[in-house]
Amino acid sequence: MKRTGAQAVWESLVREGVDTAFGISGGAVIHLYHALPDYPIHHVLMRHEQGAAHAADGYARATGKVGVCVATSGPGATNLVTGLATAYMDSSPVVAITGQVATPVIGTDAFQEVDITGITLPITKHNYLVTDVEELPLVMKEAFYIARSGRPGPVLVDIAKDVQAAEFDYDYPDEVRLPGYRLPAGDISAQLEAAAEMIESAERPLIVAGHGVVLGAAEDSLLRLVEQTQIPVVTTLLGISAIPETHPLCLGMAGMHGEAYANLALAEADLLIALGSRFDDRLTGPVDGFGAQAKVIHVDIDTVEINKNVLTDLAVVGDLRDVLPQLISAVDERNRDEWLARIRLWREESAQRDIVGQETDELVPQFVMRQIWHATRGEVIMVSDVGQNQMWEAQYFVHHRRRGLLSSGGLGTMGFALPAAIGAQLGLPEQQVWVTAGDGGFQMNIQELATVVQEKLPVKIAIMNNGYLGMVRQWQQLFFEGRYSGTPLLGPDFAKVAEAYGIPGITIREKAQVDAAILQAVETEGPVLIDFRIVQEENVYPMVAPGRPVNEMIRRPMPTGKR
Amino acid sequence: MEKHTLIALMEDKPGVLNRVSGLFRRRNYNIESLSVGHSETGGISRMTIVVNGDERIVEQVVKQLDKLVNVTDVIDVSHRDSVFRELALIKVNAGPGKRSEIIELTSVFRARVVDVGATSLTVEITGPESRVNSLIGLLEPYGIEELARTGRVAMVRSGNGNGSSRGIDF
Ligand SMILES: Cc1ncc(C[n+]2csc(CCOP(=O)(O)OP(=O)(O)O)c2C)c(N)n1
Ligand SMILES: [Mg+2]
Repeated sequence: MKRTGAQAVWESLVREGVDTAFGISGGAVIHLYHALPDYPIHHVLMRHEQGAAHAADGYARATGKVGVCVATSGPGATNLVTGLATAYMDSSPVVAITGQVATPVIGTDAFQEVDITGITLPITKHNYLVTDVEELPLVMKEAFYIARSGRPGPVLVDIAKDVQAAEFDYDYPDEVRLPGYRLPAGDISAQLEAAAEMIESAERPLIVAGHGVVLGAAEDSLLRLVEQTQIPVVTTLLGISAIPETHPLCLGMAGMHGEAYANLALAEADLLIALGSRFDDRLTGPVDGFGAQAKVIHVDIDTVEINKNVLTDLAVVGDLRDVLPQLISAVDERNRDEWLARIRLWREESAQRDIVGQETDELVPQFVMRQIWHATRGEVIMVSDVGQNQMWEAQYFVHHRRRGLLSSGGLGTMGFALPAAIGAQLGLPEQQVWVTAGDGGFQMNIQELATVVQEKLPVKIAIMNNGYLGMVRQWQQLFFEGRYSGTPLLGPDFAKVAEAYGIPGITIREKAQVDAAILQAVETEGPVLIDFRIVQEENVYPMVAPGRPVNEMIRRPMPTGKR
Repeated sequence: MEKHTLIALMEDKPGVLNRVSGLFRRRNYNIESLSVGHSETGGISRMTIVVNGDERIVEQVVKQLDKLVNVTDVIDVSHRDSVFRELALIKVNAGPGKRSEIIELTSVFRARVVDVGATSLTVEITGPESRVNSLIGLLEPYGIEELARTGRVAMVRSGNGNGSSRGIDF
């Protein structure tokens, strides 16, 4: 079959099952866009390439399929960088296709030339520069194979402009040729037996569920393991939704802003079973004090993670999809009443401090998050931005839906939520998708409101507007003498901005108006934006101060009148 | 900190060296030397890396290298019976009065004079780093004008099982 390079790209995407791509055109991809209308791929025109990369990432996180983004050479390609780094840190399968200047001028600082494979080397799982059209089919095949297999991640394919225009005999290969790329395949039965023994003899075991459970679609197995062994579970931020937070054995998120009882469980456990978590410092605090009383079993698909941050007593390298069912058949049931009773006491104590249970007329963000949960019964996909709002969402929305929270955990990218939600909504058109963001982060990709409208996406947007770069302000208040340097933030009238784009906008100043606004958003067919003018100097509690162990938390004070 | 010697085999493709050296920089590994050239297999380059660090760091270096898609195999030969060699070219000040002295020293080290100029000699030495270091030390008083060292290359001696990270013979 005679094809141009550009046609070969789209045809390969179709063969890989791609039906949606997020991008922005330009000179170095004009051949690609010229060929696009002949293929059954819905192209979503974003307003910034960062948005395209986040949208592809959000699509991937919501669906488990590979997300695709497209950008032109030079500035188009560099605009992808933050999005690719975000996807890389969170192991999200994305394929980015960029145009490059024509091969004869590569290396001459040609117009809009940039060495994007060099730039993205440390933030992609792998990348390719294609200067010969004959290589294109194999490169496309490998790009998808690498992005989705093993520990997923972004792969960038940079294609010279003349390669896109060149004609050749297109033939899509059946197999990849990657002698240096191997997936974990060792026999792990001995490790699993050892793990089972450690689990059976542990008095106070705790599972730490990470993103790997979600990426490995091992949620069912995790639930079975937990119920069979009665081992409580804490999650990382990205491990949220690995197990329903409504489950009595789920203690929710642990770490810097984890629930106090989750962090106390981490500190008191005598066995930590980490499943697909890389022991990020936001979970562990200083690693030397982490899990001081515990032996550690670490299950991960990526052998590099073993002993990287926390030393393990037992390592199991494999995909949780395969490992967990084997582990379940290796361990026996056991009663853990004593351990669970202790945790229950911690939990009750925490409940008394909970601000949501307290009588206040102030518009606090925790209440807003809780009411979004109530109004949606949790049956929605939450896409959170970064900052205090991200932590309030994680704490006060009770996630039980699978892949029900998409958030930038590893890179902590402000501006992630809106474009990622666009990707999620396109991947799952039947689901209700909510964005929760701060007034700062939302302004970082606010331009994508136009994409929401152009694509007719019913995304619901809740802004926690505190007039500050709140998370930084909180640190300044607690650790930097209350000097609010560079954090007070003037925002626009978000409701009016929404209206200007053609999206209904609501401004909420009173606690009493919260429910009605959320209900209106839930029931409106199209998109809605709500600007919640929350208490400005509200903090996220509990908080583990930087450098302190996870069980030393700054707590919200006990309300007067209680205990 | 201990010195470890790693051998990495990698596909000979554009950018691969960049991937490897970039990895060392961004992971903050302390690399003492790195030397690369063809291997016995077409399309596969062989790199010898000397890295400073404790066992845990070296384990990380090996695994991170192995994770690069273009790297096909990595072994740590530090604890195995191996041949280590380095080549150095040393241009040393040598007026007519000093030449014979230097040539004598050179022959003791089984090194060779490869170029003779009006005021300098260029000496080539191949051997374990310790021998290269000793010769350099002895030549220093004459004044070394230029020095080029290749860094260590390594090969496991025959008659040993191999400890390939993936169980591949090479
Ligand atoms: C792109 C980017 N720039 C800077 C930061 C550092 N940062 C982390 S949280 C935060 C404040 C976020 O403010 P806002 O979006 O209003 O959310 P809030 O914390 O007030 O809820 C900043 C600046 C970041 N995470 N990402
Ligand atoms: Mg804010």
